Amino acid sequence: MTMRYVQEFRDGAAAQVLAHRIERASSRPVNLMEVCGTHTVSIFRHGVRGLLPPPVNLLSGPGCPVCVTTNADIDKAIALAGQNGVTLATFGDMMKVPGSYQSLQQAKADGADVRVVYSARDSVRLARDNSQRSLIFFAVGFETTAPTIAAALLEAEQLGLTNFYIFSVHKLVPPAMIALLESREVRIDGFICPGHVSVVIGSQPYEPIARRYGVPCVISGFEPLDVLQGIEMLLRQIGEGRSEVEIQYSRGVRPEGNPLARELMYRVFEERDADWRGLGCIPGSGLKLRPQYRAFDAEEAFAVKPPPTKEHRGCLCGDVLRGVITPPQCPLFAKACTPEKPIGPCMVSSEGTCAGWYQYGSSS
Amino acid sequence: MCLAIPARVIEVNEGVGLVELAGVVREVSFMLLPNVRVGDYVLLHAGYALQRVDEADAEETIRLLAEIAEAGRNQA
Repeated sequence: MTMRYVQEFRDGAAAQVLAHRIERASSRPVNLMEVCGTHTVSIFRHGVRGLLPPPVNLLSGPGCPVCVTTNADIDKAIALAGQNGVTLATFGDMMKVPGSYQSLQQAKADGADVRVVYSARDSVRLARDNSQRSLIFFAVGFETTAPTIAAALLEAEQLGLTNFYIFSVHKLVPPAMIALLESREVRIDGFICPGHVSVVIGSQPYEPIARRYGVPCVISGFEPLDVLQGIEMLLRQIGEGRSEVEIQYSRGVRPEGNPLARELMYRVFEERDADWRGLGCIPGSGLKLRPQYRAFDAEEAFAVKPPPTKEHRGCLCGDVLRGVITPPQCPLFAKACTPEKPIGPCMVSSEGTCAGWYQYGSSS
Repeated sequence: MCLAIPARVIEVNEGVGLVELAGVVREVSFMLLPNVRVGDYVLLHAGYALQRVDEADAEETIRLLAEIAEAGRNQA
């Protein structure tokens, strides 16, 4: 069955024309970073790299929420799941990601009550239907997802639930983009900005990146023609010496974003410093529950002491997440580390850069 | 993880409802996007409608892409 507003953006003939236009618009070598993991997947799946001329190099950024979650946070989630009378619910992407010693999936196999949900609303339902157990939602995701968690929490509050908790490792994308630019490790000539994060935050938060750092930004959709058009817009900006924030994905992204979603997100959460895998601590890049919602905060309600963290030996996931290396440059890639036996999260997650290179790398 | 899929609203009922995508019907919350009407296309993410698809804008882009594709076929 065809899907409206999806199929139309996958036309091969249009892709070829856009690729020619990109070739004409490209002069000097440029590094364009796709920040979002969903872009990374789409670029691989549709062979976008293979359509680009050699001067246009695509770098994958830190935009896979489960990949940037630290071992310490995964260890803490596992410790929370191991408490008596606790059910821990989370999104499916999180299950296989290894912490220091095991993943949530392994913890579940060892007897912890860990559930996969499609929506935070499902976890509210689980809490309502199992009032004798404490339900902790392990909340991972960027600005796209955080408002849905806020909405679910407000629903739990309205239902008067006292057994619903949140362990928030939510992160914000623009501070990570600025941290990458500040580190000057990699030259970034343009950002393909995350489309669905921008559905919520709009275009304004990228303005400092375009103005202060002089790096062009184009908010792009996720179908191959969206990505190609976004790349063409970036190359035009670069060619004309402009650095602005433009929206390619205008059918979904309004300049003002979704103000109600942001209002609910900031009613429930406030910004905090957060540790990112590979990027370290970035000021103001995380979300924690506001003091008035402390009763829902799993970190307040449950005192857990996870064992000391340890990193995956030899894993260069952190360098991959900063765009410093491509996966084949990691000595473990496709040898010790494969999707069947992953060592680092970038090989585990379907949106991980290493998983993308492993599956599609040789063909594109 | 930031996947959001265009889905058509088929029922609206006090902040929740049903959407249809590729023949599958799913429950959805409109808490982040009130004032949705049956027939609207919305971006669905983790059980919530995040934004209305601007259909006029989408159709305009599709028309432009069709022109581009046509130009490509004529060149080939």
